[in-house]
Amino acid sequence: MSVFEVPQGRLTTPFYERMKAVDTLNTWHEWKGYTTPDELYCGETEYFALRNTTGVFDITPMTKYRITGPDSLAYIDRLVTRDMSKIKPGRVAYAVWCDDRGQVIDDGTIFHLREGEYRLCSQERHMAWLTAAAIGFDVSIVDETADVAALAVQGPTTWSILNNMGLEGLEELKPFGLTHFDFEGTELMVSRTGFTGDLGYELWMAPEKAEALWDALFDAGKDYAMRAIGVHALELARVEAGYLAAYVDFLPANATVRTGRTRSPLELGLGWLVDLKKPNFNGRRALAEEKRKGSTWRLVKLDIEGNKVAHSSYIFSDAKASKKAIGFVTSAVWSPVCKQNVAIGSVRTPHGEVGSNVWVEVYYQREMHWNREMAKATVVDKPFWFPPRRSATPPGPF
Amino acid sequence: MTDKFDAIVVGGGHNGLVCSALLARSGKQVLLLEANEQVGGAAVTREFADGYSVSACAHLLYNLQPSVIKDLKLNPVLASEDMTTIALDDDGEHVRIKGDKVTGAKDGDAENYKAFYKRMTRFSDLLKTYFNKTPPRLGTKDFKDLATLAQLGFDVRRLGKEEMRAFLRLIGMNIHDEVVERFGCPVLKGAISFDAVLGTHLGPRSPNTIMTYLYRLAGDHGRIASPKGGMGSVSDELARAARDAGVTIRTGMPVKRIIVGNGRVTGVETEGGERFDSLTVVSNADPKRTMMTLVGARHMETGFTRRIHHMRASGNTAKLHLALDGLPDIPGMDKKEYGERIVIAPTEDYVERAFNPAKYGESSPEPVLEVTFPSFRDESLAPTGKHVLSAVVQYAPYERKGGWTNEARAEFESAAIRVLEKYMPDIAQRITASELLTPADIEREFHITGGHWHHGELTLDQFLFTRPVYGAAQYRTPVDGLYLCGAGAHPGGGVSGAAGRNAARAILSREKAA
Repeated sequence: MSVFEVPQGRLTTPFYERMKAVDTLNTWHEWKGYTTPDELYCGETEYFALRNTTGVFDITPMTKYRITGPDSLAYIDRLVTRDMSKIKPGRVAYAVWCDDRGQVIDDGTIFHLREGEYRLCSQERHMAWLTAAAIGFDVSIVDETADVAALAVQGPTTWSILNNMGLEGLEELKPFGLTHFDFEGTELMVSRTGFTGDLGYELWMAPEKAEALWDALFDAGKDYAMRAIGVHALELARVEAGYLAAYVDFLPANATVRTGRTRSPLELGLGWLVDLKKPNFNGRRALAEEKRKGSTWRLVKLDIEGNKVAHSSYIFSDAKASKKAIGFVTSAVWSPVCKQNVAIGSVRTPHGEVGSNVWVEVYYQREMHWNREMAKATVVDKPFWFPPRRSATPPGPF
Repeated sequence: MTDKFDAIVVGGGHNGLVCSALLARSGKQVLLLEANEQVGGAAVTREFADGYSVSACAHLLYNLQPSVIKDLKLNPVLASEDMTTIALDDDGEHVRIKGDKVTGAKDGDAENYKAFYKRMTRFSDLLKTYFNKTPPRLGTKDFKDLATLAQLGFDVRRLGKEEMRAFLRLIGMNIHDEVVERFGCPVLKGAISFDAVLGTHLGPRSPNTIMTYLYRLAGDHGRIASPKGGMGSVSDELARAARDAGVTIRTGMPVKRIIVGNGRVTGVETEGGERFDSLTVVSNADPKRTMMTLVGARHMETGFTRRIHHMRASGNTAKLHLALDGLPDIPGMDKKEYGERIVIAPTEDYVERAFNPAKYGESSPEPVLEVTFPSFRDESLAPTGKHVLSAVVQYAPYERKGGWTNEARAEFESAAIRVLEKYMPDIAQRITASELLTPADIEREFHITGGHWHHGELTLDQFLFTRPVYGAAQYRTPVDGLYLCGAGAHPGGGVSGAAGRNAARAILSREKAA
């Protein structure tokens, strides 16, 4: 293969033409080799579609691995920290995987498609690690990112739209469940998953039927103010839902050089995903040790006073910032739907207990001049946005 | 019905015997399980033709640790000690090497060798100190580890400015460049190069072959001995010491798996289905077999598994045994010299050329050889008047393209005999029987993955605190209660007993701490 035969520039997904048709801003960026929109016509409108009606986001570039073979369960169970034997076919698990030191490599979702057949989805690429983890296991790992087109359909009216599209029985699907439908002779997989903290589904199918599905979906949703959305709207929703993003709220352990820059699942508030009762999994020893000795860092969700967004702010234990900073903010937004100034950050233990107060140092600019403000913040437990319909089955129409 | 022991040693190689004996001497109930019918692993004597016996794999002693002899009160009987190395020359102008003395080399080389030997033994003495210690862990705050590490730095510094620089320059370097710079005599250069690469998958131009040379010297400044009754007698002596100490030795008991429950060992299961319980299992098997086959990847974490899996452990050394109806004629060599060690490596480039095909999975058409006639000083090994030739032959890569078929073996054997014929014109007529052990045979017969002498290549990245791999370099593995005591652990192979002794001490001191 000569250099000229290698695909140059960015790849496009099977939904590209459909998104292009509604795109008026032409602001796109790269996501794992694919081009993906920042915004299509107006970030705010797209965000409010996501929160009030339905937003459709193209997740085709998301990394997808198909894991099959006689040892697939043993393999995945050793890979991730949670007990995968409890995830039956037709269920999806949010999971986190670590290196031997118990430091997080990435998080993602694992779909138990059929008995012994799994799909692992993540933001980052992990073939090298997954291949290393397969040494001594009879499994096959195939990168199927380009072979599966996928759409996230998220928002209060999603069930109504999908029902309208003819996907019968979807009301029975519980959160983190998946089911299969026939769509024009090909298989359409629908999972009740998402990255927005609201009612929502993800649709997975062969790329050949991608445009037909898009058309059918938008046809079914034309009376529901459904809109295609870009990354800006999704990012806002992501922080409201309290979800973590790799390279933002934590660094993949195998991508750091300096010591102490990685995080364990316990330090990311993901202790509930760590099952130390499992006899062996990557990081078990180190995590058991950390549990005994205590963690260095703690992930905090902050409800901050005022309306100045605390981008990359230092976090202090008192208002005068008289002592050393105890941590820093990794994600921060003004949440329109919660009417709250919210952030996700990392602080040193023992700081950051739920219910305690910390202070964030917010810098903001007004007509060229910089201002500094110490804003009081409360450490909260629950996601900022958590409507009951997210976990209700049936979800009901809105 | 299961029996319970304080410790189970898997594999009765010489290191397993040393380790079990030392554990038993400190009051432990120890069970040793050996797959073969006799203990000793690759250090055994056996009959390969009617009336002819030979050390099946290792045939010379150069590294048996005085500490092991002392601790176990061993009394090895030697047929010959402090053997001279005779490096054969095409024209009969053979070079003889013993200690710091070289005879028969060209002008000035005797003096050069003296200086070279002095420096090399000084460096090897430094390494030797660490062969009897558990290597320090890196990246910890443990006082003992830091102290050992500091001591290493201090010892290197104490060599003096000049010699410290030389040490740091040479340790990663190849032997070829050093011998070419120092010596004129091709046979001497060839013999030193040969000693540096013996038992490895390295040529004289490969990096860190000075380190492997130092490893050889670290034993007893390169002094070589041949045990009476073959290498098996050393193992018999070790087995006696182990039994005297109270070790239960059971042979013909191949271990199928090391049982792991909840992250720690609980015992072993044999191929025959017998189970033995113990919270301490010490494996004399090579690291790959121990971790990948006997334990299994699902009981280990990915990073560690990957390191073990990628550990380089492919042997490149074959063993040739010839039954002879009489000693062959070797022009240029005195009759009384047949009891010495003979090396066929006429130039440093000859050695490198012999290595070249091995890089591509082919055996050497013109191999290098280390030859002994053990029967010359030990009549028990052959019928009266007849003799045994025992030779180490390189290179015979484990991963030979097309595999070690009968044709491939015949081809390599005749290549070795062709080389021998150059120096021993009547050798072919004297052969009445022969046996060739390729690395594939060594793997099968002695259960060493890859058939490597050292259970893993002896290179800087698999040395000291990274031998066999990071995470298992202090004899302890990540599986609680499982230890390594074989050549794959620090310091490495050769019949030295150092790994077995260090492992026993590591186990005992850990128990003390707990």
